[in-house]
Amino acid sequence: MSDLPLMELKDIHKSFGNVDALKGVSISINAGECHCLLGDNGAGKSTFIKIMSGVHQPTSGQININGKETEINNPRDAIDAGIATVYQDLALIPLMSVSRNFWLGRELTKKVGPITVMDFEKCNSILMTEMDKIGIQLRDPTQSIGTLSGGERQTVAIARAVFFGAKILILDEPTSALGVYQTSNVLKTIERVREKGVAVVFISHNVSHALAVGDKFTVLSRGETLGTAKSGEIDFQELQAMMSGHKELSELKK
Amino acid sequence: MPTIEKKISLIRSKFSVALLRPDLGAIVGVVLVFLFFFLVARDTGMFSLEGSMNWGIVSSQFIIIAVGACLLMIAGEFDLSVGSMIGFAGIIIAVTSVVWGWPVWLSIISAFVVSMAIGALIGYITVKTNLPSFIVSLAFLYILRGMTIFIAIISTKKTIIGGVTEVAENDWLAPFFGGKIFTGAFDWLAEQGIIQTFVAGTKAGQPVVSGIPMMMVWAIVLIIFAHLLLTKTRFGNWIYAAGGDAQAARHIGVPVNRVKILMFVFTAFCATVFATTQVIEFGSASADRGILKEFEAIISVVIGGALLTGGYGSVIGAALGAVIFGVVQQGLFFIGVESSLFRVFLGVLLLLAVILNTHVRKLITGAK
Repeated sequence: MSDLPLMELKDIHKSFGNVDALKGVSISINAGECHCLLGDNGAGKSTFIKIMSGVHQPTSGQININGKETEINNPRDAIDAGIATVYQDLALIPLMSVSRNFWLGRELTKKVGPITVMDFEKCNSILMTEMDKIGIQLRDPTQSIGTLSGGERQTVAIARAVFFGAKILILDEPTSALGVYQTSNVLKTIERVREKGVAVVFISHNVSHALAVGDKFTVLSRGETLGTAKSGEIDFQELQAMMSGHKELSELKK
Repeated sequence: MPTIEKKISLIRSKFSVALLRPDLGAIVGVVLVFLFFFLVARDTGMFSLEGSMNWGIVSSQFIIIAVGACLLMIAGEFDLSVGSMIGFAGIIIAVTSVVWGWPVWLSIISAFVVSMAIGALIGYITVKTNLPSFIVSLAFLYILRGMTIFIAIISTKKTIIGGVTEVAENDWLAPFFGGKIFTGAFDWLAEQGIIQTFVAGTKAGQPVVSGIPMMMVWAIVLIIFAHLLLTKTRFGNWIYAAGGDAQAARHIGVPVNRVKILMFVFTAFCATVFATTQVIEFGSASADRGILKEFEAIISVVIGGALLTGGYGSVIGAALGAVIFGVVQQGLFFIGVESSLFRVFLGVLLLLAVILNTHVRKLITGAK
């Protein structure tokens, strides 16, 4: 792992009118690392990832990408910087086929005479290879996303983001609506993606899911960072307690 | 025996894939409708060349507006102003050409420009206010119908404006909407005795069917265009996405608003094609033309297997839905059944189609 973080967010503040949603949040994200962002509902997790993905702009604070100070003014900027976000339930369109979903917005095309059409042959064959790599057995690239399980849908969405060159992958509660078996599949996918050198930001309020894949853990509470710990330096009880706000920052920082 | 189980599941999955074709219901419907009328109305001349032309033209009319409504519904929106738009576009053509003396080609182009601009406005208001298009276009149903009658009354003191045939006589654009093609071929067929000729009257000696009316040509061209656009192009992918889940599509970078507005424009285009063919055909425009057409278009699309909630449907299905419409309406006439029963039939068919579609949707999305 290089010393230079892929992305650094320093002292991020965000206010919505009189409400201070974030009051100084800092984290740094490294390639090939799974950074878990933990916090209870209302801790500011979603505001924070919306800043990372360009949906919101910080009121104050600094964002560095590859060591350079960068402004992320809209989702397009984030995507161009290699930041991809997989939202919990807004990732894929259930009525559309897996292939149409995978290529949505970046469809491969070819010319047939004067008209440009989608190159379904190429789209489908690349899709099948990618799905195979990530461990999803598709019967047929034209089957609808709705026929896949919740875990498989998350996996497809992650595979898509990585395929299209995401260097930083933000996963918004990818396991919160899943059963045990599907959760383990998604966690395996995260592992695989991380091994490829992608930085994963894993947002969750489930401590055991985070501990299963996380390299670093940052706990947010009421818009502030309570601290960051490395894997092995902290256990379930401590994280759980911190999320519910019983322990102080000083006890955890080393 | 795992292999047999595998085979069974493969057969079953192929079967359910076939069931999930959006247009399957409409295909079955068309077959049943033709079978029925073939059995009861064979002797009435319904399936003679002349009779077929009759229900063919009526079906084409339904197809023209159904194609627009289909793409719009797949993109997740409705347009209830289609019927009023038909009346409006017709009156624009008649007023500008007959009353104001514009050349007919300019009148037709103006009608297209104005209608499509209004379509864009309906779309713009819908995406900007986030209101259901149902309500926005309902407002335009009234606005446009009112404007149509108003314009007709202030310019001619009448709601029907005739005289278009005379001014359109040597126009270059009008034949694209009112003429017939392959007339030479039909003359030749008549000479060979393959198709019948009129035996008496002013048209004596001419074939009973003198060519393919442009109405049918437009219907076929629109089906092909819309079907290819939807299923083969990346824009088609965006239409599905905009209707399937607009928010998810936006996150991935699909210009959802642009797609939706363009589909409103396309619907207005189809309505104007319908209006223009009627005005040129009848030589007149009437302010009350097109009433209830918006619902007939939507019903065709739903019979064709599209989901009212968007994101799923087929142009071919919608066209077949329109054919069912046309064949039944004219077929009841051929067999001498009271025509009011047609509406009863439609209502029943609509209900069955919606129930079937809802079931199909559950199958696809895996919802219980």
